[in-house]
Amino acid sequence: MKRERQLKGRRGRWLRHILTAHGLVSYIFLYFPIVVLVVFSFNASRYASAWRGFTLEWYVSLLQDAAIGAALKNSLIVAGGSTVISTVFGTMVALAMERYDFSGKLAFDSLLYLPIIIPDIVMAVMLLIFFVLAHAQLGLVTIIISHVAFNISFVAVVVRARLAYFDLSLEEAAQDLYANEWQTFARVTLPLIMPGILGGALLAFTLSIDDFVITFFTSGPGSSTLPLRIYSMVKLGVTPEINALSSFMLIVSMLLVLLSFVLRKGGEGEIEIV
Amino acid sequence: MKPRSRRDTWRLLVLIAPSLFWLLIFFLVPLVMVLVISFGQRGTYGGIVWDFTLSNYARFFDPLYLRIFGRTAGIALATTVICLVGGYPMAYFIATRPPRWRNTLLLLLMIPFWTNFLIRTYAWLLILRDQGLVNMVWTGAVHNLFLHLATAYPAATLFSSLAGLTSVPLELFGTNGAIIVGLVYAWLPDMVLPCYAAIERLDFSLVEAAQDLYANRVKSFLRVVLPLTMPGLVAGSVLVFIPALGAYVTPDLLGGAKSIMIGNVIYSQFMSARDYPFGSAISFVLMAIMLIATLIYFRLGSD
Amino acid sequence: MEKRLTGYLCVSLLALLALVVLVACGGADDGDAGGDSGEPELASELHLYNWSEYIDPEVLTMFEDEFGVHVIEDTFANNEELLAKLQAGASGYDVIVPSDYMVTTMITSGLLAELNHDNLPNLVNLDPLFADPPYDPGMVYCVPYLWGTTGIGYNADALDQVPDSWAYLFDPELAAPYAGQITMLNDEREAFAAALKYLGYSVNSTVEEELMQARDLLIQQKAWIYAYDAEQYEDLLSADETLLAHGWSGDVFMVAEEDERIWYVIPQEGAVIWADNLCIPRSAPSQYTAEVFINFLLRPDVAAMNSNFTWYASPNAEATELIDAEILAEPAIYPPPEVMEQLEWLEDVGEAAPLYSRFWTEVRAAGP
Repeated sequence: MKRERQLKGRRGRWLRHILTAHGLVSYIFLYFPIVVLVVFSFNASRYASAWRGFTLEWYVSLLQDAAIGAALKNSLIVAGGSTVISTVFGTMVALAMERYDFSGKLAFDSLLYLPIIIPDIVMAVMLLIFFVLAHAQLGLVTIIISHVAFNISFVAVVVRARLAYFDLSLEEAAQDLYANEWQTFARVTLPLIMPGILGGALLAFTLSIDDFVITFFTSGPGSSTLPLRIYSMVKLGVTPEINALSSFMLIVSMLLVLLSFVLRKGGEGEIEIV
Repeated sequence: MKPRSRRDTWRLLVLIAPSLFWLLIFFLVPLVMVLVISFGQRGTYGGIVWDFTLSNYARFFDPLYLRIFGRTAGIALATTVICLVGGYPMAYFIATRPPRWRNTLLLLLMIPFWTNFLIRTYAWLLILRDQGLVNMVWTGAVHNLFLHLATAYPAATLFSSLAGLTSVPLELFGTNGAIIVGLVYAWLPDMVLPCYAAIERLDFSLVEAAQDLYANRVKSFLRVVLPLTMPGLVAGSVLVFIPALGAYVTPDLLGGAKSIMIGNVIYSQFMSARDYPFGSAISFVLMAIMLIATLIYFRLGSD
Repeated sequence: MEKRLTGYLCVSLLALLALVVLVACGGADDGDAGGDSGEPELASELHLYNWSEYIDPEVLTMFEDEFGVHVIEDTFANNEELLAKLQAGASGYDVIVPSDYMVTTMITSGLLAELNHDNLPNLVNLDPLFADPPYDPGMVYCVPYLWGTTGIGYNADALDQVPDSWAYLFDPELAAPYAGQITMLNDEREAFAAALKYLGYSVNSTVEEELMQARDLLIQQKAWIYAYDAEQYEDLLSADETLLAHGWSGDVFMVAEEDERIWYVIPQEGAVIWADNLCIPRSAPSQYTAEVFINFLLRPDVAAMNSNFTWYASPNAEATELIDAEILAEPAIYPPPEVMEQLEWLEDVGEAAPLYSRFWTEVRAAGP
């Protein structure tokens, strides 16, 4: 293999060793804090820096924490709601952008990209002002609206990446076989771009469930999501209960990553991570 | 293609209408509101006085805010450079593994990335605090080691002074360094993934040819590999720089609220000083900088 | 193409307008909910917006059991955040707990509803000393909940003497030995109040020169500060991360209950006395439910439970005999008259507010 051969010779070997060592150190850097989190979630000491014996106490208190339960519920409502809306809208707009030319397309394209590059805090501030001036009551609805506002763009980018590889002759073939437009879409187009749509939905779900800044600004009474709850826990003081929660979330995120990998393998479309 | 028929036009409309409305109402309208408000003034009790003024933008150039902005830019730049120096070789490493290894390594890269951002920051709090892991080792094991050495070799003053040094915790928490570590940790994968995508696409036969020509590894890297992977490198840098510039949770948690960045100023204008006009003006300046950064990216990317 | 585009732009604009109107109306509707139509009824839930760990959870359960109203509690970190959220239109909170000077700001901003004293028979339980607060004469808008002081929390084992002066936080010679082990409240008014007291000025100074001196003092002090923190400073004391903390009496005592090394002192130069108050925002979904809840909190047994839980003094005279003797006997919680005279309320500084927030930003921006 060419790739293997390109660093040949003695100096090449040294370079390769350095590269490998660097890779190893980088992965240790990535995993060290996580290992610390998980290990200390079993620590009997309240202040989490010295090891005082093994305990499952923090997991028990986590399970009994009603506020966490409520926050998790809110998070799932927000993430679920915003994912469904933004996936449908984002996929539709991706189809339009890939298939049609129209005047004002460039302007609309820019508008579509803007939510991706704008800093969280600026978007949060914008939405807060908007909701204040619109006299909207802050709560789960305003959070979902805000999340959809940034998620549409992310879904559209992912689905468009998939559509770029789409072979239009497949649709034509279907229509030659007397499938009507709707049948063509449902039986040919949709299944083919499904990995892209699912990938987009997964990204939207992750971004939504992870978001703190925008949620913080647009939340109201009783609409605290999990990140908001975690933030106030972290602010209130270091407690191994947060570590226990982290371990839980780590397992969930591992499953999500695995799922996304399986989905991506379904299609060779390269998804840029945003 | 151009819409060919009425039907096509309708279809196009139906497809883009929902997103268009959503983005117009919940993105563009708020954006324009921020712009308008940034020309207003703060009332005594925090309302907005509709009096056209440029004073909010002038205030941004007050030495106080320029200083904060300078620090913010410095921190964001340092974060980007560290991510670049660490992330590019990492991406190169992953891209040069056999394919089955590559997938596993990418997977391993993404798992920490998908844990909650606050939790990733919190993890560093556990490590960097005065009673955190690093200082437990520093004032514990390292300190004891030097104490032992100092008693074993009383003649060597080096050991006793080192023992003295290790008796107090290192100042890690609440420093710019802590903020940078937190930001690098949060955004490193954003650098590695685009770099990886670029390197993976690289045709290594070109590198071989270059090595035959220049017969110098450094030269062949600088003249062939680097330019060919530049788009990935620039994309990664933009992806790291933008969130780092707008960061506000990390300085709050890891900086002990002692070292504030521009994101914290925006936050406090809205959440404590209630000076919406000034907060809007800073937000707008910040956004303009992001836009410029992105335009540069597209420029470099298209070359 | 041109025509079509204009057409669809018109449609979009119309729809946009319709949506904005919808959103606006939705908001307005919610504001009116719970209007006074006939016999007052209890709502099924009540939203309490409170400081963290500032009410005995048992009290909330009791209220639920007795009145069938589910209490949902959200927390805020400082008065400014509470005001910002309220001004931002976070309608939906029934009961909020602002401090004294913030009550003035909120009354001026028209954010609070007038209380119906007919629904608050338990007001008679209040100590006359607190029944006519200077920031809200006649308790038109609020009822005092708990009160306390802002002083210094410390680790008695690590200090040779009691840090009974602000000098321990500000004097270079006294504070330097504890460099990196001191926290200050991350609260602009409180931080300035401490510095102003040390300098011998009023905590409500609006004199720019005095505020500048306070600012410079805070900047100088920054070199030996571990963090600005208003939420976990008491835990940091107990975790041995810090030795001295500018903090609120009850927070420190709450930790002191479990960790006997930790204690609290009111500096001899005087300090801030404050009271947190139960108020009802104008936008409250159910004012009647809120009043029933406030009345419940004024019951002697409930007031005592909250005092025992938070280690803050209660303005409720009838509750006194139910409060732990330990709390009553502590001069830093119930100070003797001569100390009381040294205490000063924070007042709304009006036009000087931007000056405070600018100087506070300067303090926080100082350093590398």
